[in-house]
Amino acid sequence: MSAKETILNRLRHRAGGQLTAPAVDFSVLQRPDWTTAEKLDLFEKAIESVHGEVHRVTADGWIDRLAEILQSRGARNLLISGQHDLGTRLREAGRDDLPDLLVYDEPVSSWQPTLFNEVDAAITSTRGGIAETGSLILWPTVAEPRLMSLVPPIHIAVLQASELYATFHQATLAQNWAAGMPTNALLISGPSKTADIEQTLAYGVHGPKELIVLVIE
Amino acid sequence: MSSSETVSQPAAGVHAGHQVDVRDFHNRARAAIHNPKIRQNFRKAMDGLMAKRTAAFEGWDLEALRDLGANIRLRALANLPDLLEQLEQKLTANGIRVHWAVDGDEACQIVRDICVARGAKRVIKGKSMVSEEMELNHYLEARGIEALESDLGEYIVQLADETPSHIIMPAIHKNTAEISELMHEKTGTDLSNDVEYLTASARQQLREKFMNADVGVSGVNFAVAETGTLCLVENEGNGRMTTTVPPCHIAVTGIEKVVPRLEDVTALLALLTRSATGQHITTYFNMISGPRKEDELDGPEEVHLVLVDNGRSSIYQDDQLLDTLRCIRCGACMNHCPVYTRVGGHTYGTTYPGPIGKILMPHLIGLDEGRHLPTASSLCGACGEVCPVRIPIPDLLVRLRQESVDGDKLHPARVPGHGAKRGRAEAMIWKGWSWMHSRPGAYRFGTGLAARFHKLQPGQLGAWTRFRTAPKLAPKTLHEQLKERNR
Repeated sequence: MSAKETILNRLRHRAGGQLTAPAVDFSVLQRPDWTTAEKLDLFEKAIESVHGEVHRVTADGWIDRLAEILQSRGARNLLISGQHDLGTRLREAGRDDLPDLLVYDEPVSSWQPTLFNEVDAAITSTRGGIAETGSLILWPTVAEPRLMSLVPPIHIAVLQASELYATFHQATLAQNWAAGMPTNALLISGPSKTADIEQTLAYGVHGPKELIVLVIE
Repeated sequence: MSSSETVSQPAAGVHAGHQVDVRDFHNRARAAIHNPKIRQNFRKAMDGLMAKRTAAFEGWDLEALRDLGANIRLRALANLPDLLEQLEQKLTANGIRVHWAVDGDEACQIVRDICVARGAKRVIKGKSMVSEEMELNHYLEARGIEALESDLGEYIVQLADETPSHIIMPAIHKNTAEISELMHEKTGTDLSNDVEYLTASARQQLREKFMNADVGVSGVNFAVAETGTLCLVENEGNGRMTTTVPPCHIAVTGIEKVVPRLEDVTALLALLTRSATGQHITTYFNMISGPRKEDELDGPEEVHLVLVDNGRSSIYQDDQLLDTLRCIRCGACMNHCPVYTRVGGHTYGTTYPGPIGKILMPHLIGLDEGRHLPTASSLCGACGEVCPVRIPIPDLLVRLRQESVDGDKLHPARVPGHGAKRGRAEAMIWKGWSWMHSRPGAYRFGTGLAARFHKLQPGQLGAWTRFRTAPKLAPKTLHEQLKERNR
């Protein structure tokens, strides 16, 4: 008998007999109908409490703010998407106050050492945010690959205020995640951190040291 | 800084899990209790974690949330075989290969076979307690495959050739000075108590390792049957690195981790991170549902899931013991355990320490080897009160105590090593006790005799009086006293 058959047999022919499943009640996860402004306040508070940064910007002014942020960090370059609208707009902006724009348009294997050692910052879009926990929803795609939000020391994420959900529970229902998941989906709630050395918080242990959210109101 | 003060003095039995004699619990406990460094490290950490947990649940209807968590887990367990099959079907459709392992050795072999088929020599690991249970690192290293831990705490513990002392914070038994000394000795970093510097050094050391790794091995926090999704909870990003950077990702998980729906995960996640570290959510919640698609630019080409039974299907047979399988591995029970806080994780000598270890490990190693586990508790009940999925841990401890001395074949014996602590003398005493208590004449005669000769009672009663005074027999029996009063 295969391991699978052995295990399933044991589980199916339980000595204690068939188990009955209790009812589940998710109402404890319900939150009031917060307005967008309330959700944004909650989101900001939550993400700032874990060392993240929120900048409220307008659809016209976000590149200005981005340039300021990158200059203040002395970033030499910014990794952008080759296909996503965000990347296209940054390239077409033709601005000289932005650092070098690097485009992620080749398989990682062809430029891994550069990605790991030379890239200072990356910018990605998001699929929404979660007010209660201060989380960003990312579904990495062909246009915005997984490592953009993980390897460079600074991750800048663009969030539409109108796409804020109260809870993770609400977001998965509203976006109908159960209908089909992408190869990789993420909730990101702050910069990479650890408290493994005597409970002392340190940021950027493996992933970004900084998470900066540009919220477009 | 004087280096002689910071040299790590490992307590007895902290090296490589499988060499520890679990039965030597009392000696290790004694050593730990007299080790101020261990006492301080754990006390400080556990006090902080308890306060953070309480704060994190402020404003929540915690009891309703715990009901939800418990019911979600019970519902999943009620349909476990069907859910596992559904999970396999979905994962396979998504392009993830599913393997089944009856025990830890079989699971290790599966991981090795995948490595061999790919010609892989270097494995990088995210934190996984199941892989600790399997002793995967030793297995792979004995077969010429490097297995390197990448979670900072696990990395430190591996550098020290130790095992984790806490399921969430593996290196909690060490303070900064000890870690600095260790990293200096093993990796050549400067001696420094600057945690930023130590963390940054580990980041640099491990980035190289991620880039060069052939395979990434991770655990799984929840596996979702309806979508075929593997969920990982973490703060550092090493889990994402492990599951994204190497060309092949192997996830290992116990068979009990499956839940039917994605919705279930939203509630369990809310409970898990708040119970574990008092965080509203961890930095990363990573949901993996397939390998890299053809046009994607990164991610692993190959993803495997190894479903590990290792004793779980036998726990599953018993209606009461089944509750053990609800566990979501938050560690709140150990954070709140007065015994764990005082003796630390290594004293238990088992993969899972603390209350959850005391109810889980006897199934894996038997009640003979694990004879001290169910009794290493004051039954204060704290673990059961904080458990996010309402596992009645104290009741299970009592059940295991019964099983370890039970010779009565009327009770179904579920746990290996059943009756291991049953002694002939003790059994005789209780038999006599029961005989006397069911016969009023004998009872009166016996208690009367004891009262009459109370002065002959020995002052020392073995282990009982080592830290306590002996209870004194009264000069008159209760019956006699009542008779006098009513006269």
